[in-house]
Amino acid sequence: MARAASRGGVLLSGEIDLSCNVNGVARKLRVPPLRRLLDVLRIDLGLTGSKEGCGEGECGACTVLVDGVALNSCIVPACQVEGSEITTIESKGLEDIQQAFLDHGGAQCGICTPGMIVMTRAWLEACERNRATPDLESARKALAGNLCRCTGYAKILASALAAVKR
Amino acid sequence: MERAVTLQRPEGPDKVTGRALFASDLKVEGAWFGGTVRSDVARGELLGFDFDPRFDFSRVTIAEPDDIPGRNLVAMIVDDQPLLCARDIEHWGEPLLLVAAPDAELLRSALASIKPRIEASEPQLDMEASERVFKQLEIIKGDVDAAFASADGSSTRVIEGEYRTDTQEQMYIEPQGFIAFPPDSQGTTLVHGSMQCPYYVQKSLARVFGIDPGRARVIQAATGGGFGGKEDYPSVLACHAALLARKSGHPVRMIYDRHEDLAVTPKRHPSRVRHRTLVGRDGTLLAMDIDVLLDGGAYTTLSPVVLSRACIHAAGAYRCDNVRIRGRVVATNHVPYGAFRGFGAPQVCFAVERQMDRIAVSFGMNPALLRQRNMLRVGDSTATSQVLRQSVGSEEVMREILGRTSFDVYPWRAPKTGRIRRGVGFSFFFHGAGFTGSGEQMLQARVAVELDREGRAIVQSASTEFGQGTLTMFRAIAARALGASPEDVLIGDCDTSAVPNSGPTVASRTCMIVGSCLAKACGELAARVGPGTAPFRERARAFVARDGDPRVEITYASPPDLHWDDATYRGDAYPAYGWAADVAEVEVSLDSFEVRVTRMVTAVDVGKAIQPQMVEGQIEGGSLQAIGFAHLEVVTSQDGRFLQDRMATCIIPTSLDTPEFEVALIEVPFEHGPYGAKGVGELPMDGGAPAVASAIEDALGIHVDHLPATPERLMELWLAQHPEEVFF
Amino acid sequence: MNPTVIGPRTLEEALRALQDVTPDSRLLAGGTDLMVEIESGRTRPDAVIDLWRVKELRYLRDEQGGLRIGALSTCRDLLDSALARERADLLVLAADQVGAEQIKNRATLGGNLGTASPASDLGPVLFALDARVRLVSLRGARELSIDEFWTGYRATARASDELIESVFVPARTPGERRGFRKVGTRAAQSISKLVVAIVLRIDHGTLRGVRAGAGSIADKSLRLATLERELEGQRPDAATVERATRASALADARAIDDVRSSAAYRRRTLQRVMHTLIHELIEGAR
Repeated sequence: MARAASRGGVLLSGEIDLSCNVNGVARKLRVPPLRRLLDVLRIDLGLTGSKEGCGEGECGACTVLVDGVALNSCIVPACQVEGSEITTIESKGLEDIQQAFLDHGGAQCGICTPGMIVMTRAWLEACERNRATPDLESARKALAGNLCRCTGYAKILASALAAVKR
Repeated sequence: MERAVTLQRPEGPDKVTGRALFASDLKVEGAWFGGTVRSDVARGELLGFDFDPRFDFSRVTIAEPDDIPGRNLVAMIVDDQPLLCARDIEHWGEPLLLVAAPDAELLRSALASIKPRIEASEPQLDMEASERVFKQLEIIKGDVDAAFASADGSSTRVIEGEYRTDTQEQMYIEPQGFIAFPPDSQGTTLVHGSMQCPYYVQKSLARVFGIDPGRARVIQAATGGGFGGKEDYPSVLACHAALLARKSGHPVRMIYDRHEDLAVTPKRHPSRVRHRTLVGRDGTLLAMDIDVLLDGGAYTTLSPVVLSRACIHAAGAYRCDNVRIRGRVVATNHVPYGAFRGFGAPQVCFAVERQMDRIAVSFGMNPALLRQRNMLRVGDSTATSQVLRQSVGSEEVMREILGRTSFDVYPWRAPKTGRIRRGVGFSFFFHGAGFTGSGEQMLQARVAVELDREGRAIVQSASTEFGQGTLTMFRAIAARALGASPEDVLIGDCDTSAVPNSGPTVASRTCMIVGSCLAKACGELAARVGPGTAPFRERARAFVARDGDPRVEITYASPPDLHWDDATYRGDAYPAYGWAADVAEVEVSLDSFEVRVTRMVTAVDVGKAIQPQMVEGQIEGGSLQAIGFAHLEVVTSQDGRFLQDRMATCIIPTSLDTPEFEVALIEVPFEHGPYGAKGVGELPMDGGAPAVASAIEDALGIHVDHLPATPERLMELWLAQHPEEVFF
Repeated sequence: MNPTVIGPRTLEEALRALQDVTPDSRLLAGGTDLMVEIESGRTRPDAVIDLWRVKELRYLRDEQGGLRIGALSTCRDLLDSALARERADLLVLAADQVGAEQIKNRATLGGNLGTASPASDLGPVLFALDARVRLVSLRGARELSIDEFWTGYRATARASDELIESVFVPARTPGERRGFRKVGTRAAQSISKLVVAIVLRIDHGTLRGVRAGAGSIADKSLRLATLERELEGQRPDAATVERATRASALADARAIDDVRSSAAYRRRTLQRVMHTLIHELIEGAR
């Protein structure tokens, strides 16, 4: 009974048909409903750019955008992204931010970098949407859920601010 | 100071696009999943296992001690740690059995269906009470007892202090992980994973499998941080995975999740350091009597070398004619402690810097001026009686930090008001670059550079990149030594079957030691290729085309004038030292005693900054780890088990916990380093914590002698001085 | 092993789903808590009802000059709502400190209340604002005060067939001052060691309408009843504040030692934080 009508709406057990759009590509796959979005991306779709640092929404290494909203894909179930547009580090359109991180020393070991870059994108979009100034303090707050142990954040924040100018 | 051209990281584009392959990203067809059955007590005797009959164990592979073809040992310094515990359990989480299954879900069920039967016994968890000593040593200079005995109480003072630091977790963001393959037709075992020291892993595999080291091939995957945490433990994990691969006949992935990584991998040694200092009327250090105790945990691992570095740095960057440093690292039933950036130095640096502040209070002196009076200068000798001949940046560092902060005229510990108390603190420190004593002579590090047919140079070393900028620094050094453009320098993959052993990537040695070998190798290759007006690459291509020998390999030779006696711990402990000073500014809430570090100014003599942007990155990152060590990062244990075993509870600083950094790079060149460079990796970890503690003392007027200085501890200290505020 | 998942699209469907499942089932909203619990094996529910698509539970709207907040509203929704910033400013402050941006984008008010964690950041504010919780089931609807709703350690008055539909924050009393403090393990993305929320006003030289809540000092978010009693109707002088905060810290807090902090620290910090906060509010109210 993969999909049965229930008085309480759609009953999802076993596996579900998941349709979503990942980085502009329409995807259809069968997954357990509570499969973590991170596993869908990394294992089912082979998009290993999103990283797992903690598995509990603490470190931000798995940050992706779902319908433009930044979230930790390690704690989002597949059933909640049905029909969504998902943006990962493998997406086009992040080149300016990526170059800023290269130029300003924002990447050291590189494990937090994909999440950091996706979150920078979310921050830039939020600033634009809210007509807020993308300054240092705003970047500091926006990136506070993306842990980095290498840089002391200084060069990451410099990279994020440089991305503003690009 | 002319700033070097900033090169882009060779591996940078892969990192910013997510294409870099870390261990867990490696796609290996048919790979099984490996896991570990562990002890759930800190000490006991393993009696056997209960296998749940409802689980079909024929579907999985189980590896036990008897499956180890060679020796059941983790090859490190002393052969005391089994790869799999056969009987005597020495710590919580000790590996007892290994399991591999075709998928992760089955592995989970299998692990849940095996219960070890253990007769628990009373663990020793108190380092002060432990009588099992892994190593002890003594450093003697002058005559401390005579100095104290002859002290004239009217013109001298004796200052005593006791200082403690707790466990600290490295918290690299990528948990440890390996993929191992079954032996191929030639009997070669391949492992691929996250590590700092491929040749350590190779040595362990060779002993565990009883094979020639050449039959163990180790490839480094992209490595998401290490900070020492991936120095020794990868040897355990790689051997576990390889054992399962050999027995199951399948490649086996062993990628720890964060919980397992936090629960069982080594962390910074807890410490207790006692100081008794004889100080002259003018603040001159006359005698220093220092006792260092470290908790080593259950097995020796790297503890003797950590103790060695701790003791050598215990008297700080100060001149004193009479020094006695006694150190010991003892066994307890804690999870073994291991390497973490600084390697014993951050603990003793905290102690001596707090002791200096205590002396400053006693004499009513400005802390910076007290240090300036006593700091080591060219021609002075250290605690190990090493005469410092060159590249001593103490004066320059002091001038720079005082120029930027005016701390020498700051009224430190002047009374403050308000609910938010602000304070400023100072620290001054040095850190020996490279292995201690005769380590480099014994290691004989090797580096090669080779030209390909296109005339590009390929650097071959086992020195790993895990964030520090190793590859970029190598590229810069090679390009300069060859006279080539940086794009024409490639870095060979870190694969033990292809690169010579340049030694482990630890101890702030990669730039100074390996980098100097590389510069030498490239110089020799450039001479072979010969001069000319054409670009290097064209000349090199022509050189290779006319069958010139395209490969140069250099073995490290220590500077000739270094002498070290391991028996007496006297002599040239390190070829060179990095020098630094920190000024930290904090705000402390009198409501909650939360500490906010608002600014950190640091002046650092690195000899030569090969790539300034990366050196700054190292200093800022190391300083933030030190700030975390100072007030934020708490790791405690109960019955030998770490309580903070998730990222939600085992916290590190976020971007909002981070101060503004101001980094001043100072270059007092070291003639034997590449272009004058010394080490930088560990140095910034040493001084941040005492500077923050000093700032907290300034803000609150209380002496902080135990790290981390948590709000809970600060409140206790505050209330002890303000009994009128104790209501309950 | 894998629980059955039911994905209702409407409130009606969700309420029907609740009748179909065993008591060992869980409601899923933004997943910031439950996904971690399930993944770690700490929770093994028979079934999970995924409420994420029940859009009719995600709203913020005016009601009698106050604010009604649909249970599925996220912390981000609160932060982005001008109405919430005006009428439930304390709740917005608390929502801002729940966690990082990624968490705020997913963590819901209903999830926070349903989980009823003793370390809840939002709970104490709901006590200080005298919030009411609306529960619905196929049997009908009822509205409880936050005091009635939150019964104990991870326990609420929600019956197994009920759903938290919304939270109501009453209209602000003119002249009212509101304050909030969170003491966490670090500056961001932190679990609280202490949360305090206080509301008061000064009316003809006496303290009126004092309401206060606190978190992480007991097995649940709670009302600082002693503080309210000791301040209400009193003159806003230093002695009163001193007496009231000490009495409250002794009587209201039932703090424990845990992995994040100690009981002694929590009790003392509660008193110190309340003390400073009340003085700030009194200053502001003059």
